Amino acid sequence: MNALWIIAKRELAGYFNSPVAYVFLVIFLLVAGFLTFTAGAFFERGEAGLGAFFGWHPWLYLVLVPAVGMRLWSEERRAGTIELLLTLPVTTWQAILGKFLASWLFLALALALTFPVVLTVNVLGEPDNGAIVAGYVGSLFLAGAYLALTCMTSALTRNQVVAFILAVVLCLFLILAGFNPVTDLLVRWASPAVVDTVAAFSVVTHFDGFQKGVLDTRDLLFFVSVIGFALFATGVIIRSHRAG
Amino acid sequence: MIRIENLVKTFGTKRAVDGVSFTVERGEVVGFLGPNGSGKSTTMRMITGFYPPTSGSVTVGGHDVAESPLDAKRLIGYLPESAAAYPEMTVESFLTFAAAMRGLKGEAQKKAIARVVERCFLSSVRRQSIDTLSKGYKHRTCLAQALIHDPEVLVLDEPTDGLDPNQKHEVRNLIRELGRSKAVIFSTHILEEVDAACTRAIIIDRGRIVAQGTPAELRAMSATAGAVTLEAQGATAEKLSALGRVESLDGVFRIYPRDASQAAVLAAAIIELVSREGWKVRGMFSERGELDEVFRRITLPDTVKQ
Ligand SMILES: Nc1ncnc2c1ncn2[C@@H]1O[C@H](COP(=O)(O)OP(=O)(O)OP(=O)(O)O)[C@@H](O)[C@H]1O
Ligand SMILES: [Mg+2]
Repeated sequence: MNALWIIAKRELAGYFNSPVAYVFLVIFLLVAGFLTFTAGAFFERGEAGLGAFFGWHPWLYLVLVPAVGMRLWSEERRAGTIELLLTLPVTTWQAILGKFLASWLFLALALALTFPVVLTVNVLGEPDNGAIVAGYVGSLFLAGAYLALTCMTSALTRNQVVAFILAVVLCLFLILAGFNPVTDLLVRWASPAVVDTVAAFSVVTHFDGFQKGVLDTRDLLFFVSVIGFALFATGVIIRSHRAG
Repeated sequence: MIRIENLVKTFGTKRAVDGVSFTVERGEVVGFLGPNGSGKSTTMRMITGFYPPTSGSVTVGGHDVAESPLDAKRLIGYLPESAAAYPEMTVESFLTFAAAMRGLKGEAQKKAIARVVERCFLSSVRRQSIDTLSKGYKHRTCLAQALIHDPEVLVLDEPTDGLDPNQKHEVRNLIRELGRSKAVIFSTHILEEVDAACTRAIIIDRGRIVAQGTPAELRAMSATAGAVTLEAQGATAEKLSALGRVESLDGVFRIYPRDASQAAVLAAAIIELVSREGWKVRGMFSERGELDEVFRRITLPDTVKQ
Protein backbone atom coordinates (compact mmCIF):
# COMPACT_ATOMS: atom_id res chain seq x y z
CA MET A 1 0.00 0.00 0.00
CA ASN A 2 1.17 3.47 -0.80
CA ALA A 3 2.49 5.57 2.09
CA LEU A 4 -0.13 8.21 1.33
CA TRP A 5 -2.97 5.78 2.00
CA ILE A 6 -1.36 4.40 5.14
CA ILE A 7 -1.17 7.94 6.50
CA ALA A 8 -4.76 8.64 5.44
CA LYS A 9 -5.94 5.43 7.06
CA ARG A 10 -4.21 6.23 10.33
CA GLU A 11 -5.64 9.72 10.35
CA LEU A 12 -9.15 8.53 9.58
CA ALA A 13 -8.96 5.85 12.27
CA GLY A 14 -7.85 8.64 14.61
CA TYR A 15 -11.18 10.41 14.07
CA PHE A 16 -13.20 7.37 14.98
CA ASN A 17 -11.04 6.42 17.95
CA SER A 18 -12.19 9.51 19.78
CA PRO A 19 -15.78 10.38 20.65
CA VAL A 20 -15.24 13.75 18.97
CA ALA A 21 -15.98 12.24 15.55
CA TYR A 22 -19.37 10.94 16.58
CA VAL A 23 -20.23 14.16 18.34
CA PHE A 24 -19.24 16.01 15.20
CA LEU A 25 -21.40 13.81 12.95
CA VAL A 26 -24.41 14.28 15.20
CA ILE A 27 -23.95 18.04 15.40
CA PHE A 28 -23.44 18.26 11.66
CA LEU A 29 -26.64 16.37 10.92
CA LEU A 30 -28.65 18.26 13.54
CA VAL A 31 -27.51 21.66 12.36
CA ALA A 32 -27.91 20.74 8.69
CA GLY A 33 -31.42 19.54 9.48
CA PHE A 34 -32.29 22.58 11.52
CA LEU A 35 -31.04 25.03 8.90
CA THR A 36 -32.84 23.19 6.13
CA PHE A 37 -36.20 22.53 7.69
CA THR A 38 -36.59 25.46 10.03
CA ALA A 39 -34.42 28.37 8.95
CA GLY A 40 -34.53 27.33 5.29
CA ALA A 41 -38.31 26.94 5.34
CA PHE A 42 -37.96 23.70 3.41
CA PHE A 43 -41.63 22.70 3.53
CA GLU A 44 -43.04 26.20 3.16
CA ARG A 45 -41.11 26.70 -0.05
CA GLY A 46 -43.21 24.09 -1.72
CA GLU A 47 -40.50 23.30 -4.24
CA ALA A 48 -39.15 19.85 -4.93
CA GLY A 49 -35.44 20.69 -4.68
CA LEU A 50 -32.65 21.01 -2.18
CA GLY A 51 -32.02 24.75 -2.47
CA ALA A 52 -32.91 25.19 1.18
CA PHE A 53 -30.44 22.45 2.06
CA PHE A 54 -27.40 23.41 -0.03
CA GLY A 55 -27.89 27.16 0.41
CA TRP A 56 -26.76 26.90 3.99
CA HIS A 57 -23.64 24.84 3.34
CA PRO A 58 -21.13 27.71 3.01
CA TRP A 59 -22.22 28.85 6.48
CA LEU A 60 -22.57 25.41 7.95
CA TYR A 61 -19.05 24.45 6.91
CA LEU A 62 -17.64 27.73 8.16
CA VAL A 63 -17.40 26.36 11.68
CA LEU A 64 -17.57 22.63 11.17
CA VAL A 65 -14.80 22.17 8.60
CA PRO A 66 -12.16 24.12 10.55
CA ALA A 67 -13.18 22.04 13.58
CA VAL A 68 -12.41 18.86 11.65
CA GLY A 69 -9.14 20.06 10.16
CA MET A 70 -7.60 22.21 12.88
CA ARG A 71 -5.62 19.39 14.45
CA LEU A 72 -4.10 18.03 11.24
CA TRP A 73 -0.70 19.69 11.53
CA SER A 74 -0.86 21.75 14.71
CA GLU A 75 -1.31 18.64 16.84
CA GLU A 76 1.47 16.90 14.93
CA ARG A 77 3.78 19.80 15.76
CA ARG A 78 2.64 20.16 19.34
CA ALA A 79 3.14 16.48 20.12
CA GLY A 80 6.42 16.35 18.18
CA THR A 81 5.20 13.44 16.06
CA ILE A 82 5.88 15.51 12.94
CA GLU A 83 9.55 14.60 13.39
CA LEU A 84 8.64 10.94 13.39
CA LEU A 85 6.26 11.23 10.45
CA LEU A 86 8.60 13.17 8.20
CA THR A 87 11.61 10.96 8.89
CA LEU A 88 9.66 7.91 7.73
CA PRO A 89 10.16 7.15 4.04
CA VAL A 90 7.49 9.58 2.78
CA THR A 91 7.65 12.87 0.97
CA THR A 92 6.14 15.95 2.57
CA TRP A 93 3.52 15.97 -0.22
CA GLN A 94 2.43 12.43 0.48
CA ALA A 95 1.99 13.32 4.13
CA ILE A 96 0.05 16.51 3.34
CA LEU A 97 -2.22 14.81 0.81
CA GLY A 98 -2.74 11.76 2.98
CA LYS A 99 -3.89 13.84 5.92
CA PHE A 100 -6.03 16.07 3.75
CA LEU A 101 -7.75 13.13 2.06
CA ALA A 102 -8.49 11.49 5.39
CA SER A 103 -10.31 14.57 6.65
CA TRP A 104 -12.02 15.07 3.34
CA LEU A 105 -13.29 11.50 3.41
CA PHE A 106 -14.58 12.12 6.89
CA LEU A 107 -16.46 15.20 5.68
CA ALA A 108 -17.74 13.20 2.71
CA LEU A 109 -19.11 10.66 5.14
CA ALA A 110 -20.88 13.40 7.10
CA LEU A 111 -22.34 14.71 3.87
CA ALA A 112 -23.40 11.24 2.76
CA LEU A 113 -25.30 10.80 6.01
CA THR A 114 -27.64 13.60 4.94
CA PHE A 115 -29.24 11.18 2.42
CA PRO A 116 -32.60 11.20 4.26
CA VAL A 117 -33.06 14.74 2.93
CA VAL A 118 -32.82 13.36 -0.61
CA LEU A 119 -35.27 10.60 0.23
CA THR A 120 -37.67 13.15 1.70
CA VAL A 121 -37.82 15.33 -1.40
CA ASN A 122 -38.22 12.25 -3.57
CA VAL A 123 -41.16 11.09 -1.49
CA LEU A 124 -42.76 14.55 -1.43
CA GLY A 125 -42.35 15.40 -5.07
CA GLU A 126 -40.39 14.86 -8.22
CA PRO A 127 -37.13 16.75 -7.80
CA ASP A 128 -34.41 17.12 -10.41
CA ASN A 129 -32.08 14.43 -9.06
CA GLY A 130 -29.35 15.54 -11.46
CA ALA A 131 -29.32 18.93 -9.78
CA ILE A 132 -29.16 17.23 -6.41
CA VAL A 133 -26.09 15.24 -7.48
CA ALA A 134 -24.49 18.45 -8.77
CA GLY A 135 -25.30 20.08 -5.43
CA TYR A 136 -23.60 17.27 -3.55
CA VAL A 137 -20.51 17.45 -5.77
CA GLY A 138 -20.33 21.21 -5.26
CA SER A 139 -20.81 20.83 -1.53
CA LEU A 140 -18.00 18.29 -1.34
CA PHE A 141 -15.64 20.61 -3.18
CA LEU A 142 -16.71 23.52 -1.02
CA ALA A 143 -15.84 21.48 2.06
CA GLY A 144 -12.54 20.52 0.40
CA ALA A 145 -11.63 24.16 -0.19
CA TYR A 146 -12.35 25.09 3.43
CA LEU A 147 -10.47 22.04 4.59
CA ALA A 148 -7.37 22.84 2.53
CA LEU A 149 -7.33 26.34 4.01
CA THR A 150 -7.64 24.81 7.47
CA CYS A 151 -4.69 22.52 6.67
CA MET A 152 -2.70 25.62 5.87
CA THR A 153 -3.60 27.48 9.06
CA SER A 154 -2.98 24.39 11.16
CA ALA A 155 0.53 24.16 9.74
CA LEU A 156 1.11 27.72 10.90
CA THR A 157 0.70 27.11 14.62
CA ARG A 158 1.01 24.50 17.34
CA ASN A 159 -2.22 25.74 18.83
CA GLN A 160 -5.39 24.13 17.46
CA VAL A 161 -7.60 26.98 18.63
CA VAL A 162 -5.51 29.55 16.79
CA ALA A 163 -5.60 27.34 13.70
CA PHE A 164 -9.37 27.13 14.00
CA ILE A 165 -9.87 30.88 14.32
CA LEU A 166 -7.53 31.68 11.42
CA ALA A 167 -9.34 29.16 9.25
CA VAL A 168 -12.77 30.60 10.11
CA VAL A 169 -11.56 34.09 9.26
CA LEU A 170 -10.16 32.96 5.90
CA CYS A 171 -13.28 31.00 5.00
CA LEU A 172 -15.48 33.85 6.09
CA PHE A 173 -13.61 36.10 3.71
CA LEU A 174 -14.26 33.63 0.91
CA ILE A 175 -17.96 33.74 1.67
CA LEU A 176 -18.31 37.47 2.16
CA ALA A 177 -16.48 38.37 -1.04
CA GLY A 178 -19.50 37.21 -2.97
CA PHE A 179 -22.24 37.50 -0.38
CA ASN A 180 -24.98 39.75 -1.74
CA PRO A 181 -25.30 42.16 1.20
CA VAL A 182 -21.53 42.71 1.01
CA THR A 183 -21.32 43.11 -2.76
CA ASP A 184 -24.22 45.56 -2.60
CA LEU A 185 -22.20 47.60 -0.11
CA LEU A 186 -19.06 47.41 -2.19
CA VAL A 187 -20.78 48.67 -5.31
CA ARG A 188 -21.23 52.06 -3.64
CA TRP A 189 -17.46 52.66 -3.49
CA ALA A 190 -15.89 50.52 -6.14
CA SER A 191 -16.45 50.06 -9.84
CA PRO A 192 -18.50 47.01 -10.84
CA ALA A 193 -15.37 45.48 -12.37
CA VAL A 194 -13.63 45.53 -8.99
CA VAL A 195 -16.67 44.11 -7.26
CA ASP A 196 -16.87 41.32 -9.81
CA THR A 197 -13.20 40.52 -9.33
CA VAL A 198 -13.63 40.33 -5.58
CA ALA A 199 -16.76 38.23 -6.02
CA ALA A 200 -14.84 35.89 -8.31
CA PHE A 201 -12.87 34.82 -5.24
CA SER A 202 -15.99 33.89 -3.38
CA VAL A 203 -17.09 30.35 -2.78
CA VAL A 204 -20.68 31.54 -2.82
CA THR A 205 -20.46 32.72 -6.43
CA HIS A 206 -18.95 29.42 -7.51
CA PHE A 207 -21.18 27.26 -5.38
CA ASP A 208 -24.32 28.86 -6.83
CA GLY A 209 -23.98 27.09 -10.15
CA PHE A 210 -23.75 23.66 -8.53
CA GLN A 211 -26.90 24.33 -6.53
CA LYS A 212 -28.77 25.13 -9.70
CA GLY A 213 -27.59 21.84 -11.15
CA VAL A 214 -25.01 23.35 -13.48
CA LEU A 215 -21.63 21.61 -13.42
CA ASP A 216 -19.43 24.37 -14.80
CA THR A 217 -15.76 23.43 -15.23
CA ARG A 218 -14.77 26.97 -14.26
CA ASP A 219 -16.48 26.57 -10.90
CA LEU A 220 -14.86 23.20 -10.43
CA LEU A 221 -11.54 24.67 -11.43
CA PHE A 222 -11.97 27.41 -8.84
CA PHE A 223 -12.38 24.94 -5.99
CA VAL A 224 -9.58 22.73 -7.25
CA SER A 225 -7.24 25.70 -7.44
CA VAL A 226 -8.13 26.86 -3.94
CA ILE A 227 -7.38 23.33 -2.70
CA GLY A 228 -4.17 23.13 -4.72
CA PHE A 229 -2.96 26.54 -3.62
CA ALA A 230 -3.72 25.97 0.06
CA LEU A 231 -2.04 22.56 0.11
CA PHE A 232 0.97 23.94 -1.69
CA ALA A 233 1.19 26.74 0.89
CA THR A 234 0.94 24.08 3.61
CA GLY A 235 4.01 22.40 2.14
CA VAL A 236 5.92 25.66 2.00
CA ILE A 237 5.04 26.41 5.63
CA ILE A 238 6.07 22.96 6.84
CA ARG A 239 9.37 23.21 5.01
CA SER A 240 10.06 26.66 6.35
CA HIS A 241 9.73 25.46 9.95
CA ARG A 242 12.51 22.99 9.32
CA ALA A 243 14.76 25.28 7.33
CA GLY A 244 15.57 27.41 10.40
CA MET B 1 27.23 3.86 6.28
CA ILE B 2 26.81 7.41 7.58
CA ARG B 3 29.11 10.00 6.05
CA ILE B 4 28.84 13.62 7.13
CA GLU B 5 30.89 16.32 5.51
CA ASN B 6 31.24 19.87 6.73
CA LEU B 7 27.75 19.98 8.04
CA VAL B 8 26.47 23.41 9.04
CA LYS B 9 23.08 24.43 10.39
CA THR B 10 22.23 27.97 11.30
CA PHE B 11 19.11 29.22 13.04
CA GLY B 12 18.97 32.94 12.41
CA THR B 13 22.45 34.11 13.30
CA LYS B 14 23.14 31.15 15.57
CA ARG B 15 25.34 28.38 14.21
CA ALA B 16 23.89 25.34 15.95
CA VAL B 17 26.13 22.96 13.99
CA ASP B 18 29.32 24.45 12.68
CA GLY B 19 31.32 22.35 10.25
CA VAL B 20 30.95 18.82 11.56
CA SER B 21 32.45 15.90 9.62
CA PHE B 22 32.57 12.25 10.61
CA THR B 23 31.70 8.78 9.42
CA VAL B 24 30.04 5.82 11.08
CA GLU B 25 30.71 2.42 9.55
CA ARG B 26 28.85 -0.83 9.88
CA GLY B 27 29.88 -2.58 13.07
CA GLU B 28 30.47 0.67 14.92
CA VAL B 29 28.57 2.15 17.82
CA VAL B 30 29.38 5.82 18.06
CA GLY B 31 28.49 7.74 21.20
CA PHE B 32 27.65 11.36 20.55
CA LEU B 33 28.41 13.53 23.56
CA GLY B 34 28.25 17.21 24.28
CA PRO B 35 26.75 19.74 26.67
CA ASN B 36 23.13 20.88 26.35
CA GLY B 37 22.61 22.91 23.22
CA SER B 38 25.84 21.77 21.60
CA GLY B 39 24.09 20.59 18.44
CA LYS B 40 23.69 16.84 18.91
CA SER B 41 19.99 16.69 18.16
CA THR B 42 20.35 19.15 15.30
CA THR B 43 23.05 16.97 13.72
CA MET B 44 20.88 13.88 14.10
CA ARG B 45 17.91 15.66 12.57
CA MET B 46 20.03 16.44 9.54
CA ILE B 47 21.17 12.82 9.27
CA THR B 48 17.57 11.65 9.27
CA GLY B 49 16.47 14.30 6.80
CA PHE B 50 14.21 16.21 9.17
CA TYR B 51 16.25 19.41 8.97
CA PRO B 52 17.82 20.34 5.65
CA PRO B 53 21.45 21.36 6.28
CA THR B 54 22.41 24.99 5.70
CA SER B 55 25.50 23.64 3.98
CA GLY B 56 27.48 20.43 3.85
CA SER B 57 26.26 16.97 3.01
CA VAL B 58 24.99 13.80 4.61
CA THR B 59 25.05 10.44 2.87
CA VAL B 60 23.52 7.33 4.34
CA GLY B 61 24.36 4.00 2.75
CA GLY B 62 25.60 5.86 -0.32
CA HIS B 63 22.39 7.90 -0.73
CA ASP B 64 22.62 11.65 -0.38
CA VAL B 65 19.94 12.62 2.13
CA ALA B 66 19.20 15.87 0.29
CA GLU B 67 18.99 14.31 -3.16
CA SER B 68 17.38 10.93 -2.58
CA PRO B 69 15.81 11.30 0.84
CA LEU B 70 13.48 8.31 0.51
CA ASP B 71 16.29 5.85 -0.22
CA ALA B 72 18.26 7.20 2.71
CA LYS B 73 15.28 7.22 5.09
CA ARG B 74 14.45 3.62 4.27
CA LEU B 75 17.82 2.55 5.72
CA ILE B 76 17.45 4.54 8.92
CA GLY B 77 15.71 3.78 12.18
CA TYR B 78 15.31 6.97 14.19
CA LEU B 79 14.43 7.62 17.79
CA PRO B 80 13.81 11.37 18.11
CA GLU B 81 14.74 13.18 21.29
CA SER B 82 11.08 13.79 22.11
CA ALA B 83 10.34 10.06 21.63
CA ALA B 84 6.96 11.23 20.42
CA ALA B 85 4.28 8.76 19.42
CA TYR B 86 0.65 9.32 18.47
CA PRO B 87 -1.03 9.55 21.87
CA GLU B 88 -4.47 8.31 20.81
CA MET B 89 -3.11 5.08 19.32
CA THR B 90 -2.43 1.86 21.16
CA VAL B 91 1.12 0.51 21.21
CA GLU B 92 0.08 -2.24 18.85
CA SER B 93 -1.66 0.00 16.31
CA PHE B 94 1.22 2.47 16.43
CA LEU B 95 3.74 -0.26 15.67
CA THR B 96 1.46 -1.59 12.92
CA PHE B 97 1.41 1.88 11.40
CA ALA B 98 5.21 2.15 11.59
CA ALA B 99 5.61 -1.31 10.06
CA ALA B 100 3.19 -0.51 7.23
CA MET B 101 5.02 2.73 6.51
CA ARG B 102 8.19 0.66 6.23
CA GLY B 103 6.52 -1.55 3.65
CA LEU B 104 6.02 -4.54 5.93
CA LYS B 105 2.84 -6.51 5.27
CA GLY B 106 1.04 -9.61 6.47
CA GLU B 107 3.18 -12.24 8.11
CA ALA B 108 6.39 -10.18 7.92
CA GLN B 109 4.60 -7.32 9.67
CA LYS B 110 3.34 -9.57 12.47
CA LYS B 111 6.80 -11.02 12.98
CA ALA B 112 8.44 -7.60 13.04
CA ILE B 113 5.98 -6.34 15.63
CA ALA B 114 6.41 -9.44 17.79
CA ARG B 115 10.19 -9.04 17.60
CA VAL B 116 10.31 -5.40 18.71
CA VAL B 117 7.64 -5.91 21.37
CA GLU B 118 9.84 -8.57 22.87
CA ARG B 119 13.06 -6.62 22.48
CA CYS B 120 11.68 -3.46 24.01
CA PHE B 121 9.71 -5.30 26.71
CA LEU B 122 6.33 -3.99 25.65
CA SER B 123 4.21 -7.14 25.83
CA SER B 124 2.43 -6.00 28.99
CA VAL B 125 1.22 -2.76 27.38
CA ARG B 126 0.53 -3.93 23.82
CA ARG B 127 -3.12 -2.92 23.86
CA GLN B 128 -2.75 0.14 26.05
CA SER B 129 -3.21 3.56 24.53
CA ILE B 130 0.04 5.50 24.32
CA ASP B 131 -1.12 8.57 26.25
CA THR B 132 -1.71 6.40 29.32
CA LEU B 133 1.80 4.92 29.27
CA SER B 134 4.50 5.97 31.72
CA LYS B 135 7.37 7.99 30.33
CA GLY B 136 9.75 5.03 30.14
CA TYR B 137 7.22 2.88 28.29
CA LYS B 138 6.50 5.71 25.86
CA HIS B 139 10.18 5.95 25.22
CA ARG B 140 10.45 2.22 24.60
CA THR B 141 7.47 2.32 22.25
CA CYS B 142 9.20 4.92 20.14
CA LEU B 143 12.43 2.90 20.27
CA ALA B 144 10.49 -0.15 19.08
CA GLN B 145 9.25 1.89 16.15
CA ALA B 146 12.86 2.70 15.21
CA LEU B 147 13.78 -1.00 15.17
CA ILE B 148 10.71 -2.32 13.40
CA HIS B 149 12.27 -2.70 9.95
CA ASP B 150 15.56 -4.01 11.28
CA PRO B 151 17.35 -0.97 9.81
CA GLU B 152 20.99 -0.92 8.79
CA VAL B 153 21.52 2.49 10.33
CA LEU B 154 20.28 3.53 13.74
CA VAL B 155 20.13 7.11 14.91
CA LEU B 156 19.08 7.25 18.54
CA ASP B 157 18.74 10.57 20.33
CA GLU B 158 19.16 9.89 24.05
CA PRO B 159 17.85 6.33 23.93
CA THR B 160 18.19 5.72 27.66
CA ASP B 161 16.59 8.99 28.76
CA GLY B 162 13.83 8.39 31.28
CA LEU B 163 14.46 4.67 31.65
CA ASP B 164 14.92 2.90 34.97
CA PRO B 165 18.37 1.43 35.76
CA ASN B 166 17.35 -2.06 34.62
CA GLN B 167 16.00 -0.78 31.34
CA LYS B 168 19.03 1.44 30.82
CA HIS B 169 21.14 -1.67 31.17
CA GLU B 170 18.94 -3.61 28.72
CA VAL B 171 18.97 -0.82 26.16
CA ARG B 172 22.76 -0.49 26.36
CA ASN B 173 23.10 -4.21 25.77
CA LEU B 174 20.66 -3.95 22.89
CA ILE B 175 22.64 -1.11 21.33
CA ARG B 176 25.90 -3.01 21.67
CA GLU B 177 24.36 -6.08 20.14
CA LEU B 178 22.81 -4.15 17.25
CA GLY B 179 26.14 -2.45 16.69
CA ARG B 180 27.75 -5.71 15.60
CA SER B 181 25.87 -5.72 12.33
CA LYS B 182 24.71 -2.12 11.93
CA ALA B 183 25.95 1.43 12.01
CA VAL B 184 24.72 3.02 15.22
CA ILE B 185 25.03 6.57 16.47
CA PHE B 186 23.43 7.57 19.74
CA SER B 187 23.61 10.67 21.89
CA THR B 188 23.79 10.57 25.64
CA HIS B 189 24.65 12.58 28.73
CA ILE B 190 25.57 9.46 30.69
CA LEU B 191 29.30 8.97 30.34
CA GLU B 192 29.28 5.39 31.61
CA GLU B 193 27.35 4.52 28.48
CA VAL B 194 30.40 5.33 26.44
CA ASP B 195 32.23 2.50 28.20
CA ALA B 196 29.22 0.27 28.24
CA ALA B 197 28.22 0.45 24.60
CA CYS B 198 30.48 2.48 22.32
CA THR B 199 33.31 1.53 20.06
CA ARG B 200 34.01 5.22 19.56
CA ALA B 201 32.84 8.53 20.97
CA ILE B 202 32.57 11.99 19.49
CA ILE B 203 32.36 15.01 21.74
CA ILE B 204 30.92 18.20 20.31
CA ASP B 205 30.70 21.63 21.83
CA ARG B 206 29.01 24.70 20.36
CA GLY B 207 28.53 22.90 17.07
CA ARG B 208 32.11 21.72 16.61
CA ILE B 209 33.79 18.40 17.25
CA VAL B 210 36.25 18.92 20.10
CA ALA B 211 37.41 15.36 20.65
CA GLN B 212 36.88 11.88 19.31
CA GLY B 213 38.33 8.44 19.79
CA THR B 214 37.80 5.10 21.48
CA PRO B 215 36.70 5.27 25.11
CA ALA B 216 40.26 4.36 26.16
CA GLU B 217 41.80 7.08 24.02
CA LEU B 218 39.46 9.69 25.44
CA ARG B 219 40.14 8.59 28.96
CA ALA B 220 43.86 8.83 28.33
CA MET B 221 43.33 12.56 27.77
CA SER B 222 42.42 12.88 31.41
CA ALA B 223 44.93 14.59 33.69
CA THR B 224 44.86 11.66 36.08
CA ALA B 225 45.33 9.01 33.38
CA GLY B 226 48.35 6.82 34.12
CA ALA B 227 48.84 8.21 37.62
CA VAL B 228 49.43 5.69 40.38
CA THR B 229 47.76 5.93 43.76
CA LEU B 230 49.65 4.40 46.64
CA GLU B 231 48.78 3.91 50.27
CA ALA B 232 51.73 2.54 52.22
CA GLN B 233 53.06 2.72 55.74
CA GLY B 234 56.35 4.57 55.91
CA ALA B 235 56.12 6.12 52.49
CA THR B 236 57.17 9.75 52.11
CA ALA B 237 56.43 12.23 49.39
CA GLU B 238 60.06 13.18 49.34
CA LYS B 239 61.25 9.76 48.25
CA LEU B 240 58.42 9.28 45.77
CA SER B 241 59.01 12.62 44.09
CA ALA B 242 62.08 11.14 42.43
CA LEU B 243 59.65 9.22 40.17
CA GLY B 244 57.27 12.02 39.30
CA ARG B 245 55.08 14.79 40.63
CA VAL B 246 53.47 13.70 43.89
CA GLU B 247 50.24 14.75 45.59
CA SER B 248 49.59 13.51 49.06
CA LEU B 249 46.54 13.47 51.30
CA ASP B 250 46.22 11.65 54.64
CA GLY B 251 49.02 9.22 53.86
CA VAL B 252 47.68 8.44 50.39
CA PHE B 253 49.99 9.45 47.58
CA ARG B 254 49.25 9.98 43.92
CA ILE B 255 52.25 9.92 41.62
CA TYR B 256 51.85 11.41 38.15
CA PRO B 257 54.10 10.21 35.33
CA ARG B 258 56.33 12.85 33.73
CA ASP B 259 55.37 11.81 30.21
CA ALA B 260 53.62 9.07 28.27
CA SER B 261 56.71 6.86 27.93
CA GLN B 262 57.24 6.88 31.66
CA ALA B 263 53.57 6.07 32.33
CA ALA B 264 54.08 2.47 31.23
CA VAL B 265 56.89 1.81 33.67
CA LEU B 266 55.73 4.01 36.55
CA ALA B 267 54.00 1.23 38.47
CA ALA B 268 57.02 -1.06 38.20
CA ALA B 269 59.31 1.70 39.41
CA ILE B 270 57.08 2.33 42.41
CA ILE B 271 56.97 -1.35 43.33
CA GLU B 272 60.75 -1.47 43.19
CA LEU B 273 61.02 1.60 45.40
CA VAL B 274 58.51 0.15 47.87
CA SER B 275 60.39 -3.10 48.25
CA ARG B 276 63.76 -1.35 48.52
CA GLU B 277 62.47 0.92 51.28
CA GLY B 278 60.53 -1.84 52.98
CA TRP B 279 57.22 0.12 53.09
CA LYS B 280 54.10 -1.79 54.03
CA VAL B 281 51.65 -1.42 51.14
CA ARG B 282 47.97 -1.19 52.01
CA GLY B 283 46.74 -0.41 48.54
CA MET B 284 47.99 0.56 45.14
CA PHE B 285 46.30 1.07 41.80
CA SER B 286 46.84 2.98 38.59
CA GLU B 287 44.25 5.45 37.35
CA ARG B 288 42.56 4.88 34.00
CA GLY B 289 41.46 8.48 33.79
CA GLU B 290 37.99 9.85 34.21
CA LEU B 291 35.76 10.50 31.21
CA ASP B 292 33.78 13.15 32.99
CA GLU B 293 36.97 14.98 33.84
CA VAL B 294 37.93 14.94 30.15
CA PHE B 295 34.42 16.04 29.20
CA ARG B 296 34.48 18.92 31.64
CA ARG B 297 37.88 20.09 30.56
CA ILE B 298 37.23 20.17 26.81
CA THR B 299 33.70 21.53 26.82
CA LEU B 300 32.81 24.86 28.30
CA PRO B 301 30.04 24.73 30.85
CA ASP B 302 26.76 26.40 29.89
CA THR B 303 27.23 29.09 32.51
CA VAL B 304 30.41 30.31 30.84
CA LYS B 305 28.85 30.38 27.41
CA GLN B 306 26.08 32.76 28.32
N1 LIG C 1 14.19 24.83 15.45
C1 LIG C 1 15.12 25.59 16.04
N2 LIG C 1 15.05 26.94 15.97
C2 LIG C 1 15.97 27.71 16.55
N3 LIG C 1 17.03 27.26 17.24
C3 LIG C 1 17.18 25.92 17.36
C4 LIG C 1 16.22 25.03 16.77
N4 LIG C 1 16.62 23.77 17.05
C5 LIG C 1 17.75 23.87 17.78
N5 LIG C 1 18.10 25.17 17.97
C6 LIG C 1 19.28 25.66 18.71
O1 LIG C 1 20.41 24.96 18.26
C7 LIG C 1 21.28 24.66 19.33
C8 LIG C 1 21.59 23.19 19.36
O2 LIG C 1 20.43 22.50 19.80
P1 LIG C 1 20.36 20.93 19.91
O3 LIG C 1 18.96 20.58 20.23
O4 LIG C 1 20.97 20.33 18.71
O5 LIG C 1 21.29 20.65 21.17
P2 LIG C 1 21.62 19.27 21.88
O6 LIG C 1 23.08 19.07 21.77
O7 LIG C 1 20.76 18.19 21.36
O8 LIG C 1 21.25 19.61 23.38
P3 LIG C 1 20.60 18.68 24.52
O9 LIG C 1 21.74 17.98 25.15
O10 LIG C 1 20.00 19.66 25.45
O11 LIG C 1 19.62 17.78 23.87
C9 LIG C 1 20.60 25.19 20.58
O12 LIG C 1 21.18 26.43 20.91
C10 LIG C 1 19.18 25.37 20.18
O13 LIG C 1 18.59 26.44 20.87
MG1 LIG D 1 19.35 17.02 22.10
